[in-house]
Amino acid sequence: MPVRELDVREVTEAVKALSITANYDLPADVYDALVKSREAEESPVGKEVLGQLIENADIAVADRVPICQDTGFAVIFAEVGQDVHLVGGSFEDAVHEGVRRGYAEGYLRKSVAEEPGHARRNTKDNTPAIMHTSIVPGRKVRLTMMAKGGGAENMSSLNMLKPSQGWAGMVDAVVDTVSRAGSNPCPPVIIGVGIGGTIDMVTVLAKKALLRDVGSTHPDPRIAAMEDELLEKINALGIGPQGLGGTTTALDVFIEEMPSHIASMPMAVNVQCHAQRHKTVEL
Amino acid sequence: MAAKKITTPLTDDVVRDLRAGDAVEISGVIYQARDAAHKRLVALIQAGKQLPFELQGAVVYYMGPSPAKPGNVIGSAGPTTSGRMDAYAPLLIEHGLKGMVGKGLRTQEVKDAMHACTAVYFAATGGAGALLAKSIVGNEVIAWPELGAEAVARLEVKDFPAIVVNDCHGGDLYEEGRKRYAKTV
Repeated sequence: MPVRELDVREVTEAVKALSITANYDLPADVYDALVKSREAEESPVGKEVLGQLIENADIAVADRVPICQDTGFAVIFAEVGQDVHLVGGSFEDAVHEGVRRGYAEGYLRKSVAEEPGHARRNTKDNTPAIMHTSIVPGRKVRLTMMAKGGGAENMSSLNMLKPSQGWAGMVDAVVDTVSRAGSNPCPPVIIGVGIGGTIDMVTVLAKKALLRDVGSTHPDPRIAAMEDELLEKINALGIGPQGLGGTTTALDVFIEEMPSHIASMPMAVNVQCHAQRHKTVEL
Repeated sequence: MAAKKITTPLTDDVVRDLRAGDAVEISGVIYQARDAAHKRLVALIQAGKQLPFELQGAVVYYMGPSPAKPGNVIGSAGPTTSGRMDAYAPLLIEHGLKGMVGKGLRTQEVKDAMHACTAVYFAATGGAGALLAKSIVGNEVIAWPELGAEAVARLEVKDFPAIVVNDCHGGDLYEEGRKRYAKTV
């Protein structure tokens, strides 16, 4: 099969459009989960907060404004088909340019500081994007943009557990992470859990887990049961919407697993606020 | 839940009347300031210099908005995590700051300063920036425009919705609310 040529200008245009729409349009699965949790929530204040979040999502759609002022670090997952020949410039530069244009044209906040350990200067165009690129079979390029806010990211954790700690140790680490975060990450949260790999890979797994649809069930029934157990324990903490007390602390928990070293049991918890903004396009 | 209507600047009497769990609607002027602005405000106080706004009775909003679209007063404008301002807040409270609007947990040092100097901490709904922007009717950057979203702005608000989390009497809605709904599984 001949190689397909794809101009990177199409990548720029796609990333620009994804950056804007991801920030304006809350995904339907998240919206539905907010509506359902408003029904189920036991706290009157919690119900009111969930109602505000639903109204907020409606305003963002109607007025074409960002759901949240923190329009995030742009995290791009790219799956590049190995039969695609990218032409017209650097692929990575094209992605950064798409973020630059999307954040300017969409009136999105620029929230990236360079030299964070000392100068902390705003880069003023929200670049660089964080990129996770993989080469896959095929002739297409699949791009997913996640707008990751700082408040929830700050509450995430990396846990290098001992294999002897087993599932009980993992449950404790996840529940403890959410418990300590309290009201900070804008609950109700969505929790991505990575298990296995190395310290770099386990955090990517946790982030990838967040791309699943809220309310979806893991295809492996054993992992689905683990996710249910974590969700029940997190919602028993009482933190509730915005941490003001209630029964909806998390909307969902997602686990991604891969093999680990025989000596290791890495586990990462990526905390996501209720404004779970992500969008995918295939070129 | 009937909201208490309050107007800035806040007096000690108004602050004392607020209790953890009270819903409020704030009208008047509040000042937008987050991380970088707080660092500079504290440096000015320590150097004995004048601040860009009158701190006595003031309410600060921990917020950095998205850019305003043409014709809009402000972009999305919800609260940021207050804990990052904990290192700076006690000094501002000692110098007259009466109210803080943000989201998330405060340290004991901040709560102690609120108790000692009669100040209050409100939570606005995090992630509801499009909704909250509707209560902001005026917006003027008054200091450090080079900080972009982190500049200090004078915001005029009308019936801005918030809830009292920490009152000056030691009440803490985050602790009380969580205890009320915690379950054993």
